[in-house]
Parts: sequence; structure tokens; C-alpha cells
Amino acid sequence: MTARETVLARLRAALGPAAPALTEVPRDYRRDGVVDIERLVDRLTDYRAQVHRVAATAVADTIAGILPAAAIVVVPPGLPSAWLPSTVTVLPDDDLDNARIAAAAAVVTAAAVAIADTGTVVLDGSPDQGRRVLSLLPDRHVCVVRTAQVVADVPQALARLTPHRPLTWISGPSATSDIELDRVEGVHGPRTLHVILLP
Amino acid sequence: MRIALFVTCLADTLFPEAAKATVRLLERLGHEVAFPPGQTCCGQMHVNTGYQAQALPLVRRHTRVFDPYDVIVAPSGSCVGSVRHQHATVARRAGDVRLAARAESVAGRTYELSELLVDVLGVTDVGAYFPHRVTYHPTCHSLRMLRVADRPLRLLREVRGLDLVELPAAEQCCGFGGTFAVKNADTSTAMLADKMRHVLSTGAEVCTAGDSSCLMHIGGGLSRLHSGVRTVHLAEILASTERDDTMGERAELVVRS
Amino acid sequence: MTRTFLGMPTAPTGVGHLRGAEPFPVAARRALADAQLRRNLGHATATIRAKSAAVIDEVPDWERLRAAGSAIKTDVMARLPELLEQLEQRVTQAGGVVHWAADAHEANAIVVDLVRDTGSDRVIKVKSMATQEIGLNEALEAAGIAPVETDLAELIVQLGDDRPSHILVPAIHRNRAEIRQIFLRAMPGVDPALTDEPADLAAAARRFLRQTFLSTPVAVSGANFAVAETGTLAVVESEGNGRMCLTLPRTLITVMGVEKVVPTWRDLEVFLQLLPRASTGERMNPYTSMWTGVTPGDGPQAFHLVLLDNGRSAVLADEVGRQALHCIRCSACLNVCPVYERTGGHAYGSVYPGPIGAVLSPQLTGVADNASLPYASSLCGACYDACPVKINIPELLVHLRDRAPHPHAESAVMAAAAYAMDRPALFAAAQRATRLSRLAGRRGRGLPPPLSGWTDGRDLSDPPPQTFRDWWANR
Repeated sequence: MTARETVLARLRAALGPAAPALTEVPRDYRRDGVVDIERLVDRLTDYRAQVHRVAATAVADTIAGILPAAAIVVVPPGLPSAWLPSTVTVLPDDDLDNARIAAAAAVVTAAAVAIADTGTVVLDGSPDQGRRVLSLLPDRHVCVVRTAQVVADVPQALARLTPHRPLTWISGPSATSDIELDRVEGVHGPRTLHVILLP
Repeated sequence: MRIALFVTCLADTLFPEAAKATVRLLERLGHEVAFPPGQTCCGQMHVNTGYQAQALPLVRRHTRVFDPYDVIVAPSGSCVGSVRHQHATVARRAGDVRLAARAESVAGRTYELSELLVDVLGVTDVGAYFPHRVTYHPTCHSLRMLRVADRPLRLLREVRGLDLVELPAAEQCCGFGGTFAVKNADTSTAMLADKMRHVLSTGAEVCTAGDSSCLMHIGGGLSRLHSGVRTVHLAEILASTERDDTMGERAELVVRS
Repeated sequence: MTRTFLGMPTAPTGVGHLRGAEPFPVAARRALADAQLRRNLGHATATIRAKSAAVIDEVPDWERLRAAGSAIKTDVMARLPELLEQLEQRVTQAGGVVHWAADAHEANAIVVDLVRDTGSDRVIKVKSMATQEIGLNEALEAAGIAPVETDLAELIVQLGDDRPSHILVPAIHRNRAEIRQIFLRAMPGVDPALTDEPADLAAAARRFLRQTFLSTPVAVSGANFAVAETGTLAVVESEGNGRMCLTLPRTLITVMGVEKVVPTWRDLEVFLQLLPRASTGERMNPYTSMWTGVTPGDGPQAFHLVLLDNGRSAVLADEVGRQALHCIRCSACLNVCPVYERTGGHAYGSVYPGPIGAVLSPQLTGVADNASLPYASSLCGACYDACPVKINIPELLVHLRDRAPHPHAESAVMAAAAYAMDRPALFAAAQRATRLSRLAGRRGRGLPPPLSGWTDGRDLSDPPPQTFRDWWANR
């Protein structure tokens, strides 16, 4: 008997011969929240993300204001080039090794979805967001979100996302509550998160 | 209304004043109290200590004794909790479906004192007089098993002369827990120490609750500290009037040390 | 009637961390004597309770979410074998490899072999209750492989040669000054000017682990959820060490208790709302990673999922007890438990401490091996109210007490009491006798053993002059 057969046989024996009772899952929790951009900003800020609300044409200028001149900035291959200021050194991801990504000052990505209720942005590996490692190793993450990508709550976010894509849900910068349960921002992930919110 | 008193074995044996006060209070409000003499113990101690088989005859007895009554009251959240949340389970576990149904029926007619007064009898001002500074400990089973919520506080607020002070961290367990206090005496004592600290911080003369068991625990600790704070069952406060203040008698019973 | 499955194997002895060396009251006594520990625990649990209450208050449909979470888990348990087969199929289709482990020995052997196949003598680990349960670190070390815990609290525990004492915050029993001392003593290359500011301590961990993350080719993780419908795994974390482990190595090995499967993608909408608020008291934890098998060009290119039984089928066999498998490891029950708050997690002996540990550990090992744990509770019920999936822990405790082996003397007393209590005349006589013996025998206020434990710290009031029923009869 393989371990697989053993485990499945034990679980079946544990449940007994009767057909499983069907359990109706009550789904009367909120699923139809109305998007509230102010709430998104409030929640992002509450968890120490820095929020910039600018016009679609002002992304590059905003990033120029955030990142020091000549900073090395990793970008995924599909990021709109108009978002990038001439003040920084752009390092496009053409299968960069981890050491080069880690040495960069910042990364700029788009997002797939943002959740107002929780102050979360979700990345799904699309060309304008790139491989997961890009948004992980640099110490600053600049994430550009369009208002149309904002949903009200977690159920709406899951409905928009594709399960088979690698997903990273980000709510503020890296943090820990491991020391006396006080929240401290900045452990292994980016220690600074900027969200640029476009109309 | 004719109301059956489920006295509970603890009140019957060690804290009869709480039960007597329940009788006096209900009679003063114009109701008839019956005491079914066949009652003994609801079996909670057996169930909670891991002896459900031994509890079965006690569940059967309790159900048989109280089944004839439409309204049943106990001056104990814990014992009402046992009737409501354990009796049918014990019966079902033993395969006695009929007993389980009867036990559920009795449980549906069984009330903790503050529930009876507020929900069934519709009173919050019971005409009591108790000129003392009092703090209320909500006891876990009243609070979380029965959800009596603010019913006892609503009753206490209507008592003339009573100065009600809020107990800090009131919802924290006092550490009694039946056999827990014996099997885990050190942890129980640590929990009690914090409860007493909070009681003493209120400056109250009296700590009250709806359960004699928790009051026995808290009162036992306060007595050991010679703190001067008395524990008095909610029923005794509600039964007190200008003419009939039971505090003197009660104080002698509890505080001698 | 509850069925008992003799012969349904429980977690084996001699491996893993489900059994304590001493009964709870003995271990608790030592913990209670440690004033620093009690201060640390009291501060930490009070902090987290307040945070959690505040963010739960924001959610108007919290009770509906709890009801949904509870129902999903009930459904999972009823259909566990088929859901696992579905999960296996989906993970395999997505390029992952699924392994089954009947117990800790098998799981450890699978992981050790997989790590050996990579040629690495080191693994990076994301905090995982399942791998602590099976003692994976010891098994790896025995095979010459160094496991590196990357969660800050786990790192504190590992460097301090300590044991975890909380599900979420394994170093909850340590304060910042103690953590600084541990880092100064045991962290290679640490800056001697390290302060005890939490931000400074976190930065030290970041520097210490960065190169290890970048140079270790294999990682081991647990899983918070696995979606049968899609084959998607989810890990919920805060620091980014999870993302490092799930993203950087070539090989990822995930060890998951079989009960972690959920039926559908949509079910995550319930648990991702419940877990962070109940757990760290956040609206959402900083990072959640979800992956399905292998994504070409992104993250680990070899993915192994180890499905672990280790006594779970024995828990499932108990119709009342099986709700302990609903646990999503949020640790809310620990944070509200008055017993845990005073004794800490080590007293429970198992990696699963607190109220959930008191009902899960004895079932995984068989009640006889953790017989004192179901009694490590005053049945105050705070855990049931706090549980985001509504596990009725007090009911489970009482249920397990019934199955626990009882001391002979106690059994005799209980039987005698039940006998008398079923006979009112005898009961009344016993009441009077109790009173008389107390009156006759008392010098001081003590009761005889074993009840003396109670009267050591409290006075029992004098017995009343007459019982209620005597008063009633003479009225």
C-alpha cells in the first residue's frame, strides 16, 4: 500500500460509510461594496504606504520626485515607458540575476487590483508587473494603480484575479509584529511602498 | 406566576441565602415559588470533569423533576448553562433521544434569575434598597454561555441607594472553573489574584455576581486578604429592602476571618 | 453515539513536538513563578487583543463571515478525501509533484530526500506549524542539512536555542531587551552597537538573512490554504521572508496538513477576511503569496507538496472532535485565554499551545499522551467567542475530558457523588454530613487533599446553619 492509499483509506474510514452530509455555506456576507477611493487612500496610509494622487500624465514627474537622481530602477518588460523619468537609470528585466535586482534602489510596477477595504494592491505577474522577485528585493517599491483597478472588498478582488497566475498581495511595506506585538515596518521586503494612484 | 426554583446543589448546601433571597424576591413581586424536592444536582461537575456517564442519571432526574413546570429559575448562570448546553448532549451521547428532547424542552423553560426578571417578568425595578458601593463581576457562563448581557446591570441600576462602579477587565474569568481550581490550583490562583486586584481597585464594599460558585472563589480570596470587601449574590441585593436588609446577617457569614 | 476508532493511528511517539515532558499543572507552576514571562505575555496579549477588536469592529458582517468560514470547514471535513484527490490532480497538472505522508517519519524522510536531491546542505524555512509538529528541523540536522528559520520570531527562538510559545508570535515570551541579548550572543556578524528598538532588531535580522536568502537553492514552507478547485497554494505572512522563500530558490517544498484544503477559489474571500483580523489584528497582513504549481520563468521551477496526516485521520474519526481540524492557526484563542496569558505556551508541551492546542494535541497523539491538556482551561468560553471559524473549544474540552484517563481516587469520588445525588434522601444526609465534618474537623480553613489546592489560597466560608431544603421544609 502506498502512503497515498494509506492516508486516503484512513480518511475514508474516519468518515464512515455514510455519504457525506451536504453543508450549505451561507454567503450572505458583503460582496457588493461600493468602491471608495478615499477609503483606499486612508487604509494605505494607515499601514505606512505613501500615496500620491496624480494625473495620468504626471507619473514620471512624481517618480522623479520620489527617487533620487541616478537611482537604479528595475522595471518589468511591459511597464509603460512614459512612466519613467529621465532622472533615473532604468534597468529593464531581461532575466536579470537576483544580485542585480537586489542592488537596485527601487522597482516600479503596475498592479492588477487594489482593494479599498484593506489597503491592498495585488500583483499578478502581467508584463507591466513582471516576475515576483522584481518587487521583492529592491528596498523601495513604487506601484502605479489606476482607479479602474480599485475594488471595494476582498470578494470583488478574488473575482477579478486569475488563480493560476502567481499572485502577490501587498498591504503596506514589509512589517513584523514579532517583538512585543508592536508593528514595525521594514523587515525583508521593500521597506518603503509608494502607491501612485491615477484617475 | 408559578415558578419552580432550581436551587442548585451549591446554593442548597453552602449558600442558601442566595436561594432564600430568590424566594423572597419572587414572592415580593407577587409570584408563587415551588420547590420540587426531588432535585439534587444538575450534573455539571460530572460533565465538566469528564464523567458524562455518571451525569446521565442526574440529567434524567433533573428533567423528570422539572418537566411539570412552565417556568424554572436558578440563581446561577453556570447551572442554567449546564441545563441548556449540556443536558441534551449527555442524553444524546447515551443514545437516549427521548430524554434529549425532554431535556431540551425543560432547558427552554429554565432561566437564570436576571433573565427571568427582565425577559419573562418584564421588570428591572424590583423595589430593592441596598445602600452600598457595589461592583458586578459578570461570570463567564452568564456572560458567554447564556448571553445575559447587561440584564444584571439594568437590575442593579434600579436599586435605590446602590452606587454601581464598573469592574475593570470585568469579562476576564475569576479562575474558578469548577475542578479547574483544584487540578490547576496555581493558574487558578494567578487568575484570582488579578480579579481581586481589579475588584479592590473599584473601592467597592461589595462584589456581586449571579453565580455562588464564582463568588465563593472570589470571596475566599478576598477573605484571605482581609480586604473587607464582601461578596454578595445578586439575588440577595435584589431581595433587600429598606425594612429587610439582609446585609448584616450575610456579613457575619462571609466576612468572619 | 460517538464512534471510537481503535486502530486509527495517532501521531507516532519519538518524533516531532506534540507531547510535553510533564503534565500541564507542573509546567504551569514553573511558568507562573517567572514574573518577567508573565509581564511579557500580559503586555503582548493585551496589545493584540485591542488591535484585533478594533479591526473586527470595522467589519459589519463579521458574524456572517464566521458562519461562512465555519460552514466551509465543515464541508471540507465531510469531503476531505475527494478534495485532496482533486487538489493533487490540479497541482500535478500545474507542474507540481504531490507526496503523501502518513506520519511525521514519512514526511521528514520525503523532505530530507528532496533536499538531498538538490545537493544543498542548507534550506531556508518559512514559519510553519506543520514542520514544527513533525520535528523537521531535527530530521534535517540529522541528515547534515542546516535549516534556517527566516521568520523573525522563529529566528529569535532558533538563535536563543529556545522553543516557540505561540502559534503566530513564537517569541511572544521574550521582550525587546531579551531579544537584543540573544542577537548579540548568537547572531554571527551582528553589530555590537545594536539597540533594543524593535526597528533596529528587525534591521539586524534583515542584514543577517539577506545573503542566505540569495544563496540557498531550496526552501521549505507550510501553507495556510490550498484550493482544490485550482491547485492554488496560499501563504499569509508579514515580513517578506515568506516571499523570499517562495520566490528565490529553485526548489520549493511545501508541507501541509491535509485539513488545510478548501474547496473553491471563492472560499478564500472568507478566510482572507477572517484570518488577518483575528490573527495579527490587521485589515490585511502585509504579504500574501499565491501560486499554482510552477510558473515558467517566475519563482521556483520545482515544486513539491507534501500532504501530511500524522494523526489527523484519528481526529477526523471523532464526530465531535473533528472540528479541531477547522483551525486556521490565527491564534486568537491564545490571545484571549486567561490560562495562556498567565502560563505561556511552553506549559502546554506541544507546538500547539493555548485553547486550540489543548483540544488538538491530545487528539493528534491520543488523549492518554496529553491527558492533562483538556483540563488546562476554566471553560470560560472566551476562546469560542474569539474563534473566527467558531470552533466550540469548551465543548471539545469537555468532550475530551470524558475520554481522558481518570485518577482512581477521583473516579471513586465522582461515582459516590453521582450515586448520592440520584437519591434525594441520601443527598440531604450527605449535605448534613459535609457540614458536620467541616464543623468538627476544621482547624484553620483548609480542605483535605486534593481539594487543599483550592483552599491553599482562599478561605471557604463557614457552612450555613441549615441547608436551603431544611429551611424550606421548616418554613
